[in-house]
Amino acid sequence: MDPLKGPPARRGFLAGAGACVAGALALLAPAWSSLRVALEPLRRSGRDPEMVMVTTLAALPDDGVPRKFPVVADRTDAWSAHRNVPVGAVYLRRAGESVAALNVVCPHAGCFVNVAADQSRFVCPCHKSSFDLDGAVNDPSSPSPRDMDALEVEVRDGDQVWVRFRNFQAGTAEKAPVA
Amino acid sequence: MSERASSARAPLRRALAWLDDRTGHRGLVRKLLVEPLPGGARWRYVWGSTLTFAIAVQFVTGFALWATYSPNAQGAWESVYYVETVVAGGGLLRGIHHYMAHATVVLLVLHLMQVVVDGAYKAPREVNFWFGLGLLHVVLGLLLTGYLLPWDQKGYWATKVATSIASVAPAAGPALQKVLVGGAEYGHLTLTRFFALHAGFLPGALVAMTVAHVYLFRRHGVTVRRRRRARRSPDGVFWPDQALRDAVACLAVMATVLFLVAWTGGAPLGAPADPSEPYAAARPEWYFMFLFQWLKYFPAGTEVLGAIVIPGAVVAVVAAMPLLGRWRLGHRFNVGFATAVLAGAGLLTWQAYAQDQADPEFVFAKEAAEARTERVMELAAGPQGIPPTGALTLLRADPLTQGPRLFAERCASCHSYDGGDGLGRELAEAPTAPDLKRFASREWIAGLLHPELVATPKYFGGTAFARGRMVRMVQSRIAGFGPAETEQLGKVVKALSAEAALSYQAEADSADRDEIAEGATLLASESMGCTECHEFRGTAQARRGPVLTGYGSREWLAAVVADPAHPSFYGDRNDRMPAFGRDGVLSPEEIELVVAWLREEWYRESVEGAR
Repeated sequence: MDPLKGPPARRGFLAGAGACVAGALALLAPAWSSLRVALEPLRRSGRDPEMVMVTTLAALPDDGVPRKFPVVADRTDAWSAHRNVPVGAVYLRRAGESVAALNVVCPHAGCFVNVAADQSRFVCPCHKSSFDLDGAVNDPSSPSPRDMDALEVEVRDGDQVWVRFRNFQAGTAEKAPVA
Repeated sequence: MSERASSARAPLRRALAWLDDRTGHRGLVRKLLVEPLPGGARWRYVWGSTLTFAIAVQFVTGFALWATYSPNAQGAWESVYYVETVVAGGGLLRGIHHYMAHATVVLLVLHLMQVVVDGAYKAPREVNFWFGLGLLHVVLGLLLTGYLLPWDQKGYWATKVATSIASVAPAAGPALQKVLVGGAEYGHLTLTRFFALHAGFLPGALVAMTVAHVYLFRRHGVTVRRRRRARRSPDGVFWPDQALRDAVACLAVMATVLFLVAWTGGAPLGAPADPSEPYAAARPEWYFMFLFQWLKYFPAGTEVLGAIVIPGAVVAVVAAMPLLGRWRLGHRFNVGFATAVLAGAGLLTWQAYAQDQADPEFVFAKEAAEARTERVMELAAGPQGIPPTGALTLLRADPLTQGPRLFAERCASCHSYDGGDGLGRELAEAPTAPDLKRFASREWIAGLLHPELVATPKYFGGTAFARGRMVRMVQSRIAGFGPAETEQLGKVVKALSAEAALSYQAEADSADRDEIAEGATLLASESMGCTECHEFRGTAQARRGPVLTGYGSREWLAAVVADPAHPSFYGDRNDRMPAFGRDGVLSPEEIELVVAWLREEWYRESVEGAR
């Protein structure tokens, strides 16, 4: 047999295919486990966050002007559990005994929205998105694809303001929670 | 002598011959060094070598940095701070790695422009051009991932924008973002992933592609410009003429980098990343500024166009240059296109910087960030050091950092601080409550008890007390004081201020011990009349005003802020001041921070050094 010509065609094919299959099998376990770990964040889905107490009704003036409050809660970052750390902030606005809560994060690119100096609306300092005090986009040239994100609020014991705090995917028209 | 030398070298020569017999290394070295250069050595051939050099420098300094770096959310900034300020030579090391990265960008652009202008992408060099383009993207990936690793405010917030741009990509965008970030929020896994990319995957890709790039380059040889081919100079080889030029160019690159390190004081390190403290002045590094500016022109719904489609199209055109170059006008188009893109990027970069400089909010945010950086450095170098929970803990528990912020947010709608809002900005509206700068100090109390000052906006001028008993008392009774009573009043001021036990006044308080004791007796006496309305150490005829025992002390201030309408203070005469503690507006820790700040109780390096 001429070594340069190689073995007869059929045997050559079988040997080559065998080499490929054996090699692929050998790599299967390491490749699969590596990919699984690398893509693990996609499998993790968050549970509904617990409600946290943010403040009391007495701290909310009844003038319709939103007030900003930090949300302090427990947060788990991979292997670290943080107790009572700031996880974000909300604007609270009171009308009688009911309270509305908006996440301060701008739905456009994730900056923190400010109350305008004349207290008539919200303005984002980054790309100048503009919102009404109830969070609705009020200027067609605003780059924000949706209204500010409203959060679930509960007034407990007639006094305590509790909020289910969560963040939402920025840059999309639909309000999709991230976690 | 030469005989002896040669006989001494003989074993070495024999050993090398033995090695060559087994490895053939001489042939390899010869092959590497004796690269034919048509037309001889040229200065214009140095760019590729300087890039290889820059990459080599990044590997060497990168390994050394790796040996001191800890990729976790409570340790990344801290370890970078450690190598920057504590480890001898660490600042220089970081500086070289940082500015060599910048130099790499410049050299890459020069190299690419030269290739395009010279038409060096033409057959048979197409594949090598694509490898070069791939290398450019690997380097951009290294720059992007490296920017986050120090985990400072700037890198953190700028990278957040970058990863949220990734989420704009159709279909796979959000998934890609999640995999990159390691979850929904930035944290440990973001750092471990970015670090794995920056120090493992991307450098590996860089080496593989550089080897292929250089191999193909050696296979095709240098591109000789047509003009030179006509009046051809004698051919040369790489070693030693071109090697000398390359080495000199590398030295010049290194000298420039060292100059930048010396001139700027090294690689920047801002305050540690704080997820609850957005940084409005977060900007990418200069080489990505054109993209940042570019994205400003794409309103809601069109971000995909600006972030993905158009940049992708530009890269596609560049990748197609070897094919476009085949047409008659193709080369001219390529040169024009590359020049236009470069000029456009330059223009956008200039615009970005000009707009930021003209924006007072940006300038304010930048100054605030610089102050925060200085402060955290001071605290980290202080006697307490950095706790295991990270340097952010230092800032969160620091009255000098949190006090002004809380004051501006919660107090400055009524009170002023040294005429401003606590953060040094002017107040939007005239203050309606007293200025609290150095509250309860001798000067402050003396002003309160001054007939001409008590009703000014600095004290009670803007409050309901402007026409109250206290103001009337100061304006009538104290205004009529004779010299003896004025002297007594001075002692009362000192005694009342001593109640606060202010640390910045401690020396004066201990020096005037006797006067303070006299003043305290006067305060409680009927002659001064204070106890007609205020309680002082158990003496009081009536309780109309705030208790004066411990006036301005930590406990007293914390209690007033928590509940000014408490009977010990203003009771039902309280004028509009919210009960910050009772109503849960401020947490007890926050109240303590504001109080400590008002009392100027914070760590200062110079003060500590003087003790």
